[in-house]
Amino acid sequence: MAAGDDLKLLGAWPSPFVVRVKLALSFKGLSFENVEEDLGNKSELLVSSNPVHKKVPVLLHNGKPICESMVIVQYIDEAFTGTGPSLLSSDPHERAIARFWAAYVDDKLVTSWVQSFRGKTEEDKSEGTKQMFAALQTLEGALRECSKGEGYFGGESVGLVDVSLGGLLSWLNATEEMSGTKIFDPVKTPLLAAWAERFSELDGAKLALPDKDRMVEFIQKRQAQAAAAAAASQK
Amino acid sequence: MAGGEEAGKLQLLGAWMSPFVIRVKVALQIKGLSYEYIEEDLQRKSDLLLRSNPVHKKVPVLIHDGRPVCESLVVLEYVDEAWPKTGPPLLPADPYDRATARFWATYVNNTFFQSWRALFRSTTAEQRAEAFKNVVPQVETLERAFKECSKGKDFFGGDEVGIVDLALGSFLVWIRVVDELAGTNLLDGEKFPGLAAWAERFLAVDAVAEVMPEAGKIMEHYKWFLAKLAAPAGSS
Repeated sequence: MAAGDDLKLLGAWPSPFVVRVKLALSFKGLSFENVEEDLGNKSELLVSSNPVHKKVPVLLHNGKPICESMVIVQYIDEAFTGTGPSLLSSDPHERAIARFWAAYVDDKLVTSWVQSFRGKTEEDKSEGTKQMFAALQTLEGALRECSKGEGYFGGESVGLVDVSLGGLLSWLNATEEMSGTKIFDPVKTPLLAAWAERFSELDGAKLALPDKDRMVEFIQKRQAQAAAAAAASQK
Repeated sequence: MAGGEEAGKLQLLGAWMSPFVIRVKVALQIKGLSYEYIEEDLQRKSDLLLRSNPVHKKVPVLIHDGRPVCESLVVLEYVDEAWPKTGPPLLPADPYDRATARFWATYVNNTFFQSWRALFRSTTAEQRAEAFKNVVPQVETLERAFKECSKGKDFFGGDEVGIVDLALGSFLVWIRVVDELAGTNLLDGEKFPGLAAWAERFLAVDAVAEVMPEAGKIMEHYKWFLAKLAAPAGSS
């Protein structure tokens, strides 16, 4: 990294969107200062750096803020082209395919998984779960197409889509443990199941992914808080 | 279709009224790329569309030498990267400016459009009032974004139309049509002078004027759409 390249990440350890940025920084071999935000009491720096959404992650590069996880990931790839591997192919069509699937992860997988957790009714939640598994089936096909027989969406090495989906891994693994239902089912989605294991073993992933047990504890606490809030509002 | 640049075989699957398709048409016009335009009947989608975009089954789809590219913002970046020496760039060269452009293009798609959509889909006066109230804060944000991105120049992209101009500008005729029917004025020149002036300039750009559908036709289509929405179960 060039001298005078100051990287600061405003984040929250459980957030899959923050994990994406950490993954990209790790894979590129970039060092950064990690600033843990209390999302219940956001710092002045966070609010002034992301006035539009007031959300994490925010990457500050020499004091200049970049917001939105996939915008940040592409920024890291483009601002540090000489450092570490590229997260995107140089071929325009392959780049378009990667951007398409990275957007799909957000539009379909994240949305449906959030609904399965936070749906207002049991019906809402089970619809979310159904759509989540449909999205995973589609991503199985995407992996087959993109990997071209290699191990990652990026081919031989990790790329944009691996980072986009990889950010969700700890949440998805924790959900698996809590529900008792396999999310990356080796029977239904064998390529994805193998990818999840392979990805988690990468040095860069080990640095960035939150520990599964810590994740389970966090989700359980959040659910208990939500249940208590719902009960209190019914009194 | 513009003549000029030999592009390999280019086809665009579209629907004349779709802002997402308009984005791509304007981009191709700006780049001077010739292409075959295929109008899709969205009620009866072609095999080519279903094969080319099996995931979403939506337009626009750009097919270049037989290989499809889907999702309008992905298509815009593709057009910029596949023909780097043709026409003005749609994204800036500097990585930080590119990140800023992508941030605002994402904001237009995910935040502004999701909010404005509720206004677009309103069938009663109460719904319209509520929806309008909810979208005004986003227009305020976009007014600030325009100041930040344009740095005193004509467009979000600076001297030339860029990806953010295309993302937001593609909605302009629709915004005016919905305003006319709802009796609202979203890009009010007094409240949002930057955006109001930008809108006039954008619509006057040759590449845009050549592609943008007439407000009268959009209004006719909009009335048909609203009638379908208000109709009892059976239509989607």
